Formats: sequence, structure tokens, C-alpha cells
Amino acid sequence: MDVRAHMSMIFHLDKCIGCHTCSVACKNLWTDRKGAEYMWWNNVETRPGSGYPTGWEDQDHYRGGWKKGWVGVELKLHSRPKGLANLFYNPALPDLQDYYEPFTFRYEDLFTAAEGDDQPTAIPISAVTGEPMDIESGPNWDDDLSGSSIYAANDPNWKDVPSEVQAQMAEIERVVFSYLPRICNHCLNPACIAACPSGAIYKRGEDGVVLVNEDKCRAWRMCISACPYKKVYYNWSTGKSEKCILCFPRMETGQAPACAHSCVGRIRYMGVLLYDADAIEWGAQGEEEDLIDRQLEVILDPFDPEVIAAAKQSGLEDGWIDAAQRSPAYKFVKEWRLALPLHAEYRTMAMLFYVPPLSPVVSTIEQGLIRLDLPPEQVDFELFDNLEKARLPIKYLANLFAGGNEELIRGILRKMLAVRIYKRRQSVEGEIDDATLRMVWSAGTTPEEIEAIYELTTVPTIADRFVFPPYHRELAAESIYGDPLARKGDTGLGYTAPPERGA
Amino acid sequence: MNWNMLLFVVFPYVAIVVAIVGTVYRLVRRPFTVSSLSSQLLEGRQLFWGSVPFHWGLVLILLAHFLALILPGLFNVWNRSPIRLYALEITGLALALWALFGLGMLIYRRVSVSKIRAVTTPMDLVVLGLVLLQVITGILIATVYRFGSYWGTDVFVPYVQSLFILQPRPELVAPLPFILQFHASLFFVFLVVFPFSRLVHMITLPLRYLTRPFQLVKWVRRDRPAEPEREPVGVGR
Repeated sequence: MDVRAHMSMIFHLDKCIGCHTCSVACKNLWTDRKGAEYMWWNNVETRPGSGYPTGWEDQDHYRGGWKKGWVGVELKLHSRPKGLANLFYNPALPDLQDYYEPFTFRYEDLFTAAEGDDQPTAIPISAVTGEPMDIESGPNWDDDLSGSSIYAANDPNWKDVPSEVQAQMAEIERVVFSYLPRICNHCLNPACIAACPSGAIYKRGEDGVVLVNEDKCRAWRMCISACPYKKVYYNWSTGKSEKCILCFPRMETGQAPACAHSCVGRIRYMGVLLYDADAIEWGAQGEEEDLIDRQLEVILDPFDPEVIAAAKQSGLEDGWIDAAQRSPAYKFVKEWRLALPLHAEYRTMAMLFYVPPLSPVVSTIEQGLIRLDLPPEQVDFELFDNLEKARLPIKYLANLFAGGNEELIRGILRKMLAVRIYKRRQSVEGEIDDATLRMVWSAGTTPEEIEAIYELTTVPTIADRFVFPPYHRELAAESIYGDPLARKGDTGLGYTAPPERGA
Repeated sequence: MNWNMLLFVVFPYVAIVVAIVGTVYRLVRRPFTVSSLSSQLLEGRQLFWGSVPFHWGLVLILLAHFLALILPGLFNVWNRSPIRLYALEITGLALALWALFGLGMLIYRRVSVSKIRAVTTPMDLVVLGLVLLQVITGILIATVYRFGSYWGTDVFVPYVQSLFILQPRPELVAPLPFILQFHASLFFVFLVVFPFSRLVHMITLPLRYLTRPFQLVKWVRRDRPAEPEREPVGVGR
């Protein structure tokens, strides 16, 4: 057992209001630069929708992630020799139009236009060429456009959802949507690292952050295709790949990443997960329906004495083990089993996890599901017992988060509903009746667990949501440079020259 | 000192020194600037028709040139039969024309597509111009002074070898036609331009990708108490 630590994020989608504050915080901090205008290391998509870049989940087109091969797993993108043969032209690279062409406006026209009969306007210009352009798409172009025949209809997650259900969801009265914030998943088995011919991308051993070494990147751009989440971006100006860095400079000083820290709905949690690096290979190879179970097994119990001993053996400090024991990520992922990785079937073993959203339940009154004459407390149970009538089909959520396994999603939604019903009874009625307790048991939970889930979901403090281990950067500086003061005053992030485009 | 001396003794050595010193400096001290500077994200269709013939055509021809310098005997043996000589010459010419087609596409793309113009540096145009000159003179030599793979091993290879053993014999190239001398000195111009242009991405060809482990893990704290050197995780190793 080779125990390592991983900084993992939880997205509680039931709380996401789609305000894009995370995206803007990230944009302002990291990608407000030439060549990076079109990049959204953090973006929030409306689901159902086609996402950003358009249709990124269609791996027949983009060839991201892994597939099961003769032995172990193989990249969907290429074999090693084919990777080199495709250096001159990457057949699976997205086009800038698949994201959108970045634009700005010619504001100086407002001041310099010649006097005339009309008010001067600031016309849109391309951020690439500086020439006037017609804006055909932009960031969040499909925001809230669930039900649209252009965007939502092309969502790859409709797979195996009956066409009459899809048709229903396009009706204006039944439109339903939820939001999906996405950043780099900092996978355990990252396809971007495996696909990089230069070996410029690597995973940090200490906390699992996946980074691009910009000095080694040679713009072979295989990472962009190989990442099934399309979370590596190509800076067309500097000729280098860039991606989410999980705000490691912030984490190293005990601050939450900008996206998580700024989250208005407080949907994000961060904490340490311990995992067994020796088991990654095994975890990535399972049958599609076993992948999530295997990944949960690769993630270790930080209270298990054997794990603790092995962790110390691997050089993990007590501070990290302690942080792993207090980790909200561990609670959501393994203790409560409420959070799932996005698209486990890509076999990259994503280490960011999502609590699936509860949708406004119920289809039609004609089908007799919602009887308006029922007292509210009975309506609760109707919903609990008839999850398949949820307006967002279970199959759709299962395609997103469970590799199509509806049972996993159903179990999670039942548990979340149990928390809701139990706490409502408690606060409205002041007591819990037997029917409610039976419901709690049938959801596979207990009143104690419900209280704990409620505490962390509804009223957590910032210290509850973000549990960071002591990084001890000063020790790292000592071990690399000898004298920790030797590099004082250097350019940040290790650069000694401005990141300019080469000739 | 005459022109011959200047062009075929002094200039080559200066070019080689500039190429080596400049490339090493750039790779070591300015690694961020080393990139193939792909523009596929901005425009892909024309790039496919340009880049693939351009690169494969030039790579194969360049390899043939180097092979002739290292193993001229191999070419002599091969060319003993006229059929094989024809086959080699026709293949070479076809590759050159293919590369020329790709180069034409690339030049057209760089000039006509506004997004590509936006990322074009003056050095890009210099490089494209030099390659165009070199390919055209190469094709002219292959058609006007035919069977270069046959006579080149006697006429040209000894000169280049003389450069490498530091006993230059410029007199070997002095009687050659102008276009041959031009083609040869243009190579040394390429050496000079090499470290200052995107040509430098050529030597970063990532052959190690064929053998390296798929997954790379790095530790910030290198002197970990338990195990200082860690094996990278190797899924599908």
C-alpha cells in the first residue's frame, strides 16, 4: 500500500444557483491574459445542455479518456507511435469555434467617432485579430437554455433516455435544468499526462494537483484532445497548454481556491482524501459498472490504523493525516456516499466529486402522482417513493455521474430526500413520527447521520467546508534551495522571464 | 580570402557555432519560448493539407540527405542498378513536390487567414521564405542536374566530411554550378536562423514518449524521509 494524499473538491449541486461567481473569480485571477481569453478553467454549464466546449462529452468525436484494451487501459486518442505520427496534425483537436471566438468592443470609437446624426456605438471586435466580427457564441451562450433544440437536444447524456421523455422535457411547461460547475478534475489516472509527448504534464505527489510545466510544453496539443473533460486549453498566443492549477498557491497558504472561496451558494467543500497509489491501475481497469466501487476502494479510510501506519511509512505528516480525518470530502464521498465523480466511464478516476441535484419532483397531475388534496407531509412521501417521476430523469443523472447506473443515483437522491423530510418534520412538527423513521431506514441512513449531513450541508462554517492540511512550503523551499531566503524577490511561480511568445 | 573560402569554410563554422550555442542557450535559459507554436486551434482544415505534406515530405528528404552524408556507400550500392536509381530519384522528387504543395498551402494560409496573420511573427515569414527557396532549388537540382543521389556521394559528401574532421576542402565545391553552391550555403543559413526561430522545435521531437511511463508524479519535497526516489504510477505501463 502506497498511501498518498489528494486535495479533493466536492460540488453540492443541490445548492448551486448558477451565478457564475466561481467562473468570474477564476477568470480574474488566472485567465485574464492574451491568448487565454476564451479559456474558462472554471465554467458553469446548464444541464441538459451541450456544454463548453460544445459537445465535450462526445468522445467518439473528441477521443478523450481511456478505453479497456487487451491489457489494462489504453488512451482513446492514440497509441504511442500514433501519437508521434500525429504531431503535425492532431485529428481530434477542438477548433476555437467549439469554444467561442473571444471578443471585445472598440470602446475608443465612443470618444473618437466623427460628429454625426447617430449615437456612436462600440462595435464588437475579435480578441484574436482585432478585426470587427459578428458574435456567434460566447461564454455561457446556452445559459438556462434547457429545452432548446439547439443546445439541450444535443446533450450526449440523453443516451438511453426514452425519446418521449426527452420530448416532454422540451415542452416549455416541463423544462427543468440544473447547473454543473466544472474545473479540472485532477484525476488519479489522468489522460492528459499520458498523452503528452513531451512529458510536460505531471501530478504532484503531495496533493495530487495536475500541472503543466510550461517550460517543457512544446504545443503538441495532445493533452487537449486526451482530456475527456476538455479542461486543458491551448494558449494560441504563447503556444503553450494551460489548465486549472487548483489555485495551489492559495492552498499552500491555507486558503481555498478562488472558485470555492467565492462560491455564493457555498456549494463547494475541500479536503484531503487518502488513496492507495498502488491500486490506481486496478481501479481504472474494472468493468464499467464497477468503476465507481473500485475508485471508492482506492480511496482509503483515514481512521484505519493500518492506513495510518502505511501513510506514515510513505512520509505523510501527522498534520495531513489529521486533515484527512476531518475532511468534508471524505464524509461526502465515502462515509455518506453522497458524492460521485463526473463520468467515471472515462476511466481517468476524477478526484472531484458531485452531489447530484434533487429536481423538482413529479411529472403530470393526470398520472395521479401529485394529488393536490394530500396534506404536505404525505406529498413528501409520494416524492420519496416515486423518484422515477423526478422531472430530471434518473437515467440522465446516472449518465452524468454514475456511468449509467441508476441505482447509485436513486440511493443518493433517497438519502438526500430523507434528510429533507426528516429535518422538515423536526422543525415543523417538533417530533419524528414512525412513518418518517421508517422512511429514514429505507433510505439506508440513521437520524445521527442525517443530523451530520444536515450540519455540513446547510449550516457549515468556512472552517467546516475547507479543511486544509499544513503544506509547510518553507520546508519545501529549504529542501530545494537550501536557504529559504535565497529566492526571496524572485518572479512568482518560478518564472525568470516574462511568458512571451517565442519566434 | 576568396568567396569560396568565406562561403564554404568560414561561414559553415560560424553557422555551426551559432546554431549550437544559440540552441543550447535557448533551451536552457529561455525554455518557455521553445514551442512548435501550433496554430491548429485557430484554423485546422487548411493546416491539415499544408502541415502533413510539408512535414513528412521535408522530414523524409532531410533524413535521406543525412543518411547520404553518414553512409554514402549505402547509396552507391543501392544505385548500382538503374531501376533502383530511378526509383530513389523519383521518390525523392515526388516527396519534394508533395512538400512544396504543403508549403504553398501553409504560405497561403498564413497570408490569407486573418487569425493566422494575428499570430505571425516576422521570423515565421523568414523561415517560410527560406524553406521555399531551399525546396525550389532542391527541385531544380533534381531536375536539371539529375541523379544527385548518384553523383552527390562523390562530389558533395567528401566536402561535408572534410568540414567535420576540421580539414575543410572548399576546393571540392568551387567548380560546382551556382545553384548547387546556393543550395548548400542556404543550409548554413538555416543553421544560423535555427536557434532564433521556431525551427528549434525540430530537436525537441519527443522520442522518449515511446518508452516513458504513462503517468508522471513529482514531489516538491525531494528528500522525503521514507523513500527519496519514487516510482511513477504506471497505469498501462
